[in-house]
Amino acid sequence: MTDTPRPEKIRCDACPVMCYIAEGRAGACDRYANENGKIIRCDPLTILDRRIAKGDPVKPFLAADWDGVNAPGDEVVVSAIGAGTTYPDYKPAPFIVSSEIEGVDCVTVVTEAIFSYCGVKVKIDTDRHLGAEAATVRFDGEAIGHVMTAEYGSQMLSLGGVDHLTGGSKPEGRKTCDALMALCNKEAVELTVDGGSTVVVQAGKPPIVDGETEVRMRVGCGSATIGMFASQWKGLVDEVVVVDDHITGVVSEHQAGKVIDWPDTGIRILGRRSTPGRYFKVANPGLGWGGTDISDPLSILGDWRVAKGARPGLTLLMVSTTGEHAAYYELDDNLTPVAKAMPEALQPSVDLIAQNCEPALCTVLFMGGAGGSLRSGVTKNPINLTQSVHDEKTRVTVGGAPVYVWPGGGITVMVDVTQTPDNAFGYVPTPALVAPLEFTTSRIDYVQLGGHDGSVRDLQEVLENGGEYGKYFRILRDEK
Amino acid sequence: MIGPQVSTLSDGKRLHFHHGPTDLIVEIFGSHREEAREQATERFQTVLTGLVAELPKLRCRYDRKTRFRDSTTRRMQAAVAPFSEVFITPMASVAGAVADEILGALTDGLSIRKAYVNNGGDIAFHLGDGQSLTVAAPTGSVVITHDSDARGLATSGWRGRSHSLGIADAVTVVARDAASADAAATLIANAVDVPDHPAVKRVPARELAPDSDLGEQLVTVDVGGLKRSEIEGALARGVALAERFLMHEKILGATLMLNGQTRAVTLS
Repeated sequence: MTDTPRPEKIRCDACPVMCYIAEGRAGACDRYANENGKIIRCDPLTILDRRIAKGDPVKPFLAADWDGVNAPGDEVVVSAIGAGTTYPDYKPAPFIVSSEIEGVDCVTVVTEAIFSYCGVKVKIDTDRHLGAEAATVRFDGEAIGHVMTAEYGSQMLSLGGVDHLTGGSKPEGRKTCDALMALCNKEAVELTVDGGSTVVVQAGKPPIVDGETEVRMRVGCGSATIGMFASQWKGLVDEVVVVDDHITGVVSEHQAGKVIDWPDTGIRILGRRSTPGRYFKVANPGLGWGGTDISDPLSILGDWRVAKGARPGLTLLMVSTTGEHAAYYELDDNLTPVAKAMPEALQPSVDLIAQNCEPALCTVLFMGGAGGSLRSGVTKNPINLTQSVHDEKTRVTVGGAPVYVWPGGGITVMVDVTQTPDNAFGYVPTPALVAPLEFTTSRIDYVQLGGHDGSVRDLQEVLENGGEYGKYFRILRDEK
Repeated sequence: MIGPQVSTLSDGKRLHFHHGPTDLIVEIFGSHREEAREQATERFQTVLTGLVAELPKLRCRYDRKTRFRDSTTRRMQAAVAPFSEVFITPMASVAGAVADEILGALTDGLSIRKAYVNNGGDIAFHLGDGQSLTVAAPTGSVVITHDSDARGLATSGWRGRSHSLGIADAVTVVARDAASADAAATLIANAVDVPDHPAVKRVPARELAPDSDLGEQLVTVDVGGLKRSEIEGALARGVALAERFLMHEKILGATLMLNGQTRAVTLS
């Protein structure tokens, strides 16, 4: 009789230690384990990290019989990270945890879901032109998405999706998967837009466009800034110009000035007038004043007109839309602006513009559909889960983070990746992304929606004994 | 492979250093925090790879003739040397040595008021004039002041992350550095034992971790019911060893815990 012997130990390549791991055991890190000859991730540190994040004391010891105090259910969030998954989803999800929360016997179904239908929506706080709408976005030369409709003060990208993941060539799928996983795990990714810019995107960090780090979002366009601050400038200065690459505003001509009877000044702006007090294209885009290429703001002014109110001694404030640049002038006898020290009374209004600018950031929302076979890991009748989610009886979270559930069919969710724990996302070679996914409902509702009640386990028991592959899902808890 | 990661925890004060099996919680008090963080981060980049390069030698029984290249592995070798009358490998001090190494990089050339590097309960700390550190240890709080020689604290036991030959729930040792405390705690925890007791389940270390430095030695995986006299006997073995270490000034103090009973070994 000949049996093929199963390998007793395998080598993990997750870190330089390269541990040999015995069957059913975890490596030195307790993050990776050997399950039936395969390396899987089993991440007790998700719980540890939450406790560290909360500032709780941490002791590296098992929960069992330390001093008889149980793990309090309301302090421990069981995350799906490292829970493992089964695909296709023919059996109950790896963890179905019951814990006592506020007297309600709560059930958390925890799984790592494989998303072929998934992608990220990226919001990049910049007024710089990254590329035309619908232009292809590339990572390492492969098409992974496109530029979508711009939003106020931000450029938007839609990346990933099933067509790039599995519909194109193999390299396209792999690069898409790599880029999505890196973005979801809050890493920096360099993207290029066909016919446009190169941008480095990292969730929660300022974008870097063509090598320049974006610092602040402008408070509004030049025209909007005039609208917001006109009444504060009245009586302090004779004229205000807000320099902006998009729309430069002039308070004496602008509607916001007119309604408070701001007198004319005879100023002339060298640009294309849109409506009164609003000018397009006063200069080229650049890194100078208000996103233009100018360093001397007077270069956008023409001759002053006496007939329209220009006079020696007339005062002028020029300021950019972020408040980063500001200068104060008075007209001399030849009606030439001469730079003077900024009067104390005007400085607060410049500071106020700067204060109202928010830091420019990249935001990455993971979006995926959990409407398919995954649901049968949670319930025997999948449609019940969909309905329960839409009725708000079952709460969906990704790595413990709150999600937005799209109305309509299926369970399509969006989550801000900065709310999820570090390295929460993984991948399978399909290629597809693996994301942690939790469904939480009351036990009564769970049974009613056809849940696998027989598979429900106590929280304490899961923490001590882990998933089905071993005892290495531990809780590390504080001592009293 | 995932490389070294350094992040600030959500309290905005403590730092989390992570690479493979290494997780450090670091806090720096007073001025120069940014420079200290940079120095520690710089050193952390190669700590694990430095260990891995000499791993086979580190897993062998201590031999004073063995030469190590890396500064962390040298710390390990130096830390276990005073304890080498029994079987010990430099790996017995790895957690403490990493804590010492990062603390050393962190404070190098800077005037730091106070800092600690906590490597899973094995803690290296720096105390400036008048500073003190309070550590919540399994046997109760430990307060260490600037005027003491103690700059390291470590805890060992069979319930912990490393395997133990003994049955102590926890042995906490205070020493001049974390690597020495780590090595001593390991040995004292090994000594807390009831040999050949049927209620204590042991398996060869190699079955749990194929490349364990403990090889075929039996490590504790479960401790069943013990009589009061057996508990006291086991603790007494550990206390005797701890007192010997203390007398020879290899450690500065220790507390031992088994089944809710504690013993303290101090100079006073």
